[in-house]
Amino acid sequence: MGKIFALVVVAVAIATAYFVVAHVYWMPEDISVHGHLIDEQITETTAGAGILFLLGQFVLAAFVFLYGDSKGTRKLKSWPGGAKPLIWASIVLIGIEVLTLSFIGSKAWGAVYFSPVDPNSLHVDVQAEQFAFYFRYAGPDGQFGGIHPELINEGSQNYFGLDPANDVAARDDIVVGTLTIPVNKPILLTLHSKDVGHSFFVRELRIQQDFVPGITIPIHFIATKTGKYEIVCTQLCGLGHYNMKAYLEVVTQDGFDQFLKAQSAQ
Amino acid sequence: MEQAPAQALRHHPAPPQNFIRKYIFSIDHKVIGKQYLGLALLSAFVGMVLSWAMRIHLGWPDASIPLLGRLSPNGAPGGVMTPEYYLSLMTMHGTIMAFFVLTAAPLSGFGNYFLPIQVGAEDMAFPRINMSSFWITFIGFILAALTFVIPDGPPISGWTAYPPLSAVGPDAGPGQGWGQNLWGLSIACFTVASLLGSLNFLATTLDMRTKGMTLSRLPISVWGWFITAALGLLAFAVLLPCALLLILDRLAGTSFYIPGGLVLADRVQPHNGGSPLLFQHLFWFFGHPEVYLIILPAFGIIGHVLPTFIRKPLLGGWKVLTACMMLIALLSLVVWGHHMFVSGMSPYSAMLFSVPTMFITIPSIIAMLIWIFSLYGADIRFSTPALFALGFLSLFISGGIGGFFLAQPSTDSYLHATYFVVGHFHFTMGISAVFAIFAGFYYWFPKMTGRMMDETLGKIHFWASFIGMYGIFMPMHFLGFAGHVRRYSALVDDYLVPLLGTQRFISIAALVVGAVQMLFFFNFIWSYFKGKKAAENPWEATTLEWETTSPPPIDNFGGRRLTVYHGPMEYNVAGSRGDYVMQASPEPAAARAGD
Amino acid sequence: MSIHRIALAVLVIISITSFTAATPGPGTIQGKVTYTGTPAKPKPIDMSKEPSCAKMHTTPATTANAVTGPGNSLENVVVYISAGATDNPAAGGTVSFDQKGCEYQPHVAALQVGQELKITNSDQTSHNINAMAKANAPWNKSQPPGAPPFSEKFDKAEFIPIKCNVHPWMHAYFAVLSTSHFAVSGPEGDYKLPNLAPGKYTVTAWHESFGTQTQEITIGAGETKAVNFVFQAKPY
Repeated sequence: MGKIFALVVVAVAIATAYFVVAHVYWMPEDISVHGHLIDEQITETTAGAGILFLLGQFVLAAFVFLYGDSKGTRKLKSWPGGAKPLIWASIVLIGIEVLTLSFIGSKAWGAVYFSPVDPNSLHVDVQAEQFAFYFRYAGPDGQFGGIHPELINEGSQNYFGLDPANDVAARDDIVVGTLTIPVNKPILLTLHSKDVGHSFFVRELRIQQDFVPGITIPIHFIATKTGKYEIVCTQLCGLGHYNMKAYLEVVTQDGFDQFLKAQSAQ
Repeated sequence: MEQAPAQALRHHPAPPQNFIRKYIFSIDHKVIGKQYLGLALLSAFVGMVLSWAMRIHLGWPDASIPLLGRLSPNGAPGGVMTPEYYLSLMTMHGTIMAFFVLTAAPLSGFGNYFLPIQVGAEDMAFPRINMSSFWITFIGFILAALTFVIPDGPPISGWTAYPPLSAVGPDAGPGQGWGQNLWGLSIACFTVASLLGSLNFLATTLDMRTKGMTLSRLPISVWGWFITAALGLLAFAVLLPCALLLILDRLAGTSFYIPGGLVLADRVQPHNGGSPLLFQHLFWFFGHPEVYLIILPAFGIIGHVLPTFIRKPLLGGWKVLTACMMLIALLSLVVWGHHMFVSGMSPYSAMLFSVPTMFITIPSIIAMLIWIFSLYGADIRFSTPALFALGFLSLFISGGIGGFFLAQPSTDSYLHATYFVVGHFHFTMGISAVFAIFAGFYYWFPKMTGRMMDETLGKIHFWASFIGMYGIFMPMHFLGFAGHVRRYSALVDDYLVPLLGTQRFISIAALVVGAVQMLFFFNFIWSYFKGKKAAENPWEATTLEWETTSPPPIDNFGGRRLTVYHGPMEYNVAGSRGDYVMQASPEPAAARAGD
Repeated sequence: MSIHRIALAVLVIISITSFTAATPGPGTIQGKVTYTGTPAKPKPIDMSKEPSCAKMHTTPATTANAVTGPGNSLENVVVYISAGATDNPAAGGTVSFDQKGCEYQPHVAALQVGQELKITNSDQTSHNINAMAKANAPWNKSQPPGAPPFSEKFDKAEFIPIKCNVHPWMHAYFAVLSTSHFAVSGPEGDYKLPNLAPGKYTVTAWHESFGTQTQEITIGAGETKAVNFVFQAKPY
């Protein structure tokens, strides 16, 4: 029985390791400037944790294999040194591993949150609501109109609660359901929620940030490759959570200028 | 406290005569323990059925499940599950499993039954409070079950119930009516009951030990329960106000968690000034210790069961494993922010929470190494409890490894809210802790009932569960790497459609494993009435519960007052089997080789 | 034949004709609804988050809160008799309401108190109809693709705004009326209320964005009278 147990454990461990190392399921390609730091961190963690995983499972399997029921014929013995070497090994080796990972990882984290915002960033205002994302550009006047929750009228596509009748800055605001941005340019998104908690996740950008009602949260990044990507909501927000997404279109600067022109004409 | 205190209660109250006092409103810790275990088994069954419905829907979203359509015409019109019904099943699955199974069974179930016996006492320190603990827990369960029969159904906000979704009321959508209020009250009941239970565990361990039972001779299982009870006092004490403030926001118009200017159901909500993050901090301050409240009794059970079947003490004796459990409990209080790395809390706080989270791996790994390296040179008897204990070791390694990825904010920023998290917590809480519970059942069933569970059925149960559960939850980590978001009731996004096949594989594995658990239920019930009669000490174990009859008499030891002479792990290795010394045996410990 | 028989026949014929002439014929109120001023331009609806619906529209669907037609006509105006007619019990038959291409069809569903409204989901995505009623009991029901149609009835007169919880751009109205005399103006702005007994009536016209107007009219037997409504449109 012990031998079968050992074989099963080894088989499971190897199968798991194979799936991970061979990237059978893996992250999509990284299209952001900061993303490679996160990818490297994941690779290093996979290596470090993966070794621990395999060692743990193999040693468990080995001992179960070797020390099965001898019906009392085997003389029992203890691991030389007892618990002490295990304690020291854990403290030293794991301690070094976690400190290293934390130290390197702080750079990846810092690249997302502690890097300064480029003053020339394209600023897009993002509103999350049950169950869609809407994106607002300031329009030719470069000013965002004020948001008035009591004026929100979805039937007439006034998702942000703008007041164009009285607020001049709001008249040229562009509100769309797709986030179109130029490639290789700094982007600043300000996230706010109309109703409950939501989250903004673009796998390829390696960015995930919750929307917190009552707070406006900035995130910034630079996208390095044109294409169409999915923005999905990752914070349970109600029945339509599974169907809450928008597309991110990263286009050339020309394409972006054309997009703005076409939107302003409406 | 090295001196064992004088024996308390010498006069056990007269045994009850009528049915109600004997089996229903009983103050006997053994009956209460069995009541908790029974409630946990019922809850496990309910929680599993909910998961089957969820898994069928995830694999085949358009399928009609006729039984479901009849049980809930609103939730599944024509048998086709609506998205909100999926979420309400998911919410109650998490709530029922985390509280009524995983927190109840290993701690309140086995702990209530065996802690007094293992310390040599006649009952818990406060038997009436113990009884009320169970019945308050039971009321909590009824409240949770009621959510299924009220018109608006169970809440859909997940077991984590983040506001504003959970706080603004029915405007937030279907499922956010009275179900959420009942949920909050259910949690409040469970919390109060747990706090009362903790008092009992602590007082009994400290004050009711029999002569010679010094703290250094306590079984590891008792240390597990003791440390868990202490941690529970701190953690549940914060969950109670967290839940009460939520109920106040919903019913009394307060705004603890709800800011101003929110628009739901086309109206501006009449709240102002609250913070959703406040809830998250309060909830996770409880929520992280909660997962250790679940696993520490499991550590105790494994640490107790393993020596019996490897016929050796654990390396480091009681001290190292207990120190690990204490350190884990302590550290668990300062890591809650790792659930909130991308929540909008300060990114500097994220780094602060990450460091102790990473360091908590150290005592966990030490404990794991203790168990694994104690197998070196052992003589392992592969009875069913041993298999589950060994399976626990493999499963907990797998679960713990996932923690490395989630403990760092940089890697968590991709993996947060994906199936990686679902895989990780099911491995650690769902299946490792459950394997420890199974080990406890198979190990202690003879003592509780006087009969053995069937070994063959037990082994089939083990193998199918061990392999099957790997098949369910390991692929979830892979889905997480692919970025598969969690809590989705259907896979409609472009990148998710190709992953449907994997979800179907998981669903099939889940249904098979679920079916296999019926074997356990059958074995349990059949053995209760027809199992082979058990000896007093069928496993040749050393602790005090094996010094009494199976099942024990009402005062646990039949009027005897035991004196303890040894620690709990006197398994000797002088070449011959059965060479072990029980704790209450006056003979000196035999020499051990390679001590 | 004898003179007596001829006189009897003539008497009978005169009686019959005068009898039928004495019963009044049903009248009709009809007309056209138009607007003055500038209504908001219909905006294209971005359905990109729901590709299964987006691809059903070769040109994007547009907002429906002010649908205009040739000659400044206004569509989706509910015109009904608010006073002067007895409220008959609900007509039989069902009023159909469909979700297709992530749009509600019709945008305004008019029905009588107690009349059955049958709701169908013709799309491949789940919809969730939220009837935000105040006088009636509000309800909120999901309809996954493949779920059967369901029926609802309302027992109080009310204009009920409808939205889809899953697709924020989907909005509609149920106009629940106590009278059986109602119509919804078509693409040319025209409406017709037939089968009215002679008498004095108050006709009310309701538009979701531009408000409510009433006019009084008296019609005689068999008369058709025109009642036109002109709404003041607002750009925002």
